[in-house]
Amino acid sequence: MSEDLLVRAKNLNVKFVSRDATVHAVNGVDFQLAQREVLCILGESGSGKSVTLRAIMGLNPRGKTVVEGELNVCGQDVVGASEAQMSQLRGRQVAMIFQEPMTALDPVFTIGRQIAETIVRHESISYKDALARALDLLELVQIPSAKRRLEAYPHELSGGLRQRAMIAIALSCKPKLLLADEPTTALDATVQIQILLLLRRLQQELGMGVIFVTHDLGVAGEIADRIAVMYAGRFVEEGPVRDVMRAPLHPYAQGLLGATVHAGLRGKRLTTIPGAPPDLRAIAPGCSFAPRCAMVEAACRADLPNLRSPEPGRSARCIHVNEAA
Amino acid sequence: MSNVSTATPDSAGAIVSDPVKSQGYWRGVGKRVMRDKVTLVCGAILLVMLFLILFAPWIAPYDPLQGSMARRLKPVGWQGYLLGTDELGRDMLTRLMYGGRFSWFVGITPVVCAFTIGGTLGVLAGFVGGKINMLIMRATDVFYAFPSVLLAVAISGALGPGIFNAILSMTLVFIPPLIRVSESVTTSVRNLDYVESARATGANSFTIVRVHVLPNVLGPIFVYATTLVGVSMILASGLSFLGLGVKPPTPEWGMMLNTLRTAIYSQPLLATLPGICIFVTSLCFNLLSDGLRNAMDVRN
Amino acid sequence: MFRYILRRIAYAIPIALSVSVVCFLLVHIAPGDPIDSIIPPDTPREVVEQVRKDYGLDKPLPVQYAVWLSRVVQGDLGRSIATRRLVAGDLILAARKTFVLAITAALLGFAVGILLGSTAAFYKGTWIDKACVAFAVAGVSIPHYWLGMVMVIFFSVLMNVFPAMGAGPGDWVWDREHLQYLVLPAITLACIPAGLLTRTVRGIVSEILSQDFVTTLRGKGLRNRTLALHIVKNGAPTILAVMGLQLGYLMGGSILVETIFSWPGTGSMLNAAIFRRDIPVIQGATLVLAMFFVMLNLIVDIMQTMIDPRIVRK
Repeated sequence: MSEDLLVRAKNLNVKFVSRDATVHAVNGVDFQLAQREVLCILGESGSGKSVTLRAIMGLNPRGKTVVEGELNVCGQDVVGASEAQMSQLRGRQVAMIFQEPMTALDPVFTIGRQIAETIVRHESISYKDALARALDLLELVQIPSAKRRLEAYPHELSGGLRQRAMIAIALSCKPKLLLADEPTTALDATVQIQILLLLRRLQQELGMGVIFVTHDLGVAGEIADRIAVMYAGRFVEEGPVRDVMRAPLHPYAQGLLGATVHAGLRGKRLTTIPGAPPDLRAIAPGCSFAPRCAMVEAACRADLPNLRSPEPGRSARCIHVNEAA
Repeated sequence: MSNVSTATPDSAGAIVSDPVKSQGYWRGVGKRVMRDKVTLVCGAILLVMLFLILFAPWIAPYDPLQGSMARRLKPVGWQGYLLGTDELGRDMLTRLMYGGRFSWFVGITPVVCAFTIGGTLGVLAGFVGGKINMLIMRATDVFYAFPSVLLAVAISGALGPGIFNAILSMTLVFIPPLIRVSESVTTSVRNLDYVESARATGANSFTIVRVHVLPNVLGPIFVYATTLVGVSMILASGLSFLGLGVKPPTPEWGMMLNTLRTAIYSQPLLATLPGICIFVTSLCFNLLSDGLRNAMDVRN
Repeated sequence: MFRYILRRIAYAIPIALSVSVVCFLLVHIAPGDPIDSIIPPDTPREVVEQVRKDYGLDKPLPVQYAVWLSRVVQGDLGRSIATRRLVAGDLILAARKTFVLAITAALLGFAVGILLGSTAAFYKGTWIDKACVAFAVAGVSIPHYWLGMVMVIFFSVLMNVFPAMGAGPGDWVWDREHLQYLVLPAITLACIPAGLLTRTVRGIVSEILSQDFVTTLRGKGLRNRTLALHIVKNGAPTILAVMGLQLGYLMGGSILVETIFSWPGTGSMLNAAIFRRDIPVIQGATLVLAMFFVMLNLIVDIMQTMIDPRIVRK
């Protein structure tokens, strides 16, 4: 059963330790991702969503990062894995795309080279054949005049094309799991939609599981099967995309929806969430959202609320949510 | 010492990321310096040295020029001569204290002069731009086309020995890098939005420079200038080692190092003492300026 | 590309000319009548006047410069006041010896600097990093003329393993006998580029390592070998430029080390000339070394453009 899962995280904790302070970026996250499933992790900056994503690939800065709990990715235990084991996993089974393709691509190597080297690394194939595969990949991600672009350097491409090239690199070894770290945030609005549509098509064609990190609810609704809302390093709500979007359970998720512009809200006043996210250097007991929550009670501040599940497939970390009988 | 640009203009420019530095900023800098033990120790060593050389006439045990053939080249610790005597029988400790006055003076003055002249020209070039920028920067390029030591030696050599000539030639060597740094820092500040908006509100150039530009560029230029002091100390003593600085019998570390070269067979430790003074001074200045730069870099 | 090179060369010409102007003026900033700076004081009066005419010293400065430049272009750098020999001939012999010293010191310094600098960057924040940084600061803070003396005391006076002065008998040859003369001055001269390169390489490599694309590369599961290649290609243009500058500085700045070790190069020549106030030699040596530096900068610039795709070639 669990062999079919792409990702299984249990009580995952990630801490950044430095001489001055310890930052608790991820604090006990549980989730699973099945084959071909698209999970969106939603949250504001600093909520720990990118760190969670990087933890899956073991890409948080070495030396300063402490990862605890259970994390199993494509059958490989990531927490105790050596760098050599991880490098087998990375690029082949799991691939990642980033927010800013300009800085995420090596500026002094051609696009073709950056794709081909990944293929050569993971498959016994000559560089020349890898370059031919790279051409196919550029066509797959719909880069016009792909042959010419193989020879191009990142700075010679537009933002949208760069992100497509980034996706081509990620797909070069047909990974089972694609991790996307805000891949549309840095792009123009029109390009955003194109990239999003491309990602959805590729996900379906190649049958990949995807974890998509974003702070943009609209983007999440466009691509996700399930949504997880993250706050202060915890999943505060998780559920199918429709349910969460229509009727969020957690006050924070409700606030997020209230702060977003969408057609259903025409004529209504936008609401904002007062206050600021907590300091992750010192985690207070209780619900992290309590200081900003309108429905706060004494019990919220005393203990961290358990995950409650009002119906199968949905859960939230709030005492106002009633557990299904 | 053959390179005056240990910190590139870029690294100085990186400090200018935060416009209009408030008092809180400087308090933060002070706090960071106070936490940096290496910087504090270096500062303390330099202060002690400064005290010793400033008050040399009152605290030095002997006369720096009075020697005796009877007690030539005595070892360290010999009969009341704490650091021994030199090749003419003069007390080493006394001469090192007096010598430091010239070494420090010839080492620091060119940087101060170059900071004033080069900084002014650079800020002018950066703020005014256009033809004046072109003129100043092209002239700078010419001096950049000389290896710095060579330029100092050549000018000094042509002018002839003397403290004034040494300071003049070294000032000429340090002006170009300071112009480059000040120009690049000023240009980047000038293009910041808040300076643009000050222009848009009709403030005159003088006001903009005084209120918006200078407070933001002086720090980085100053920090860059401090990185030159260590190099300058070595170069100053180097020039007088070559006989281009003070005239004997006036004590100066570089010159003493040269005259003691004959003693390396008989009193090797003694012969290296002036060099140790130069090394420690230059090392402390370099570490101090590193510490200062780290403390001022808002990214840390 | 070709057009860029042409343009870069065209840009170097006014620089070279300005450098020659500065060198020309060296004679004129020397106190007293310039004629005293270029001929010995005991020259008969008629000869003095003849030389004054030949050099056009009775004419206005720009004309003098033109006369001087046309001589220089033909390889005539005048005669030494002290030895009455042609400056150009002696200078070529000396420059060869200086080049041997400078290139050896440069290669040694670059090797040490690149090794320590990249090691420090990879182990940033650890004691290894701190040790490398300490070495770097010491390298740029040490008065190398003093280090030279200390080396002589240890290796020549106390241990007697390397000769203390000179460059060996006759012309320079790369054999055992001559190489032992090279060891001490080369190590002494190498300490500045070693310290500086350690610092620069550490800065550049740690900057590269902090960039997002390194995370991408790690995310692709690349081997360390491939990763290193990426870092090298990203850092090479800047490091190359620094190395070029350093080689130039060593050529032009070896005067103190050459003096300490009596290495018969341009530095010793300059030192002797300063001592005797032999202005034609000072002028000639300065001109040749500065021109070498201009050329070196030109070459480094062109190479940098060739290997760095980020520089837009117009």
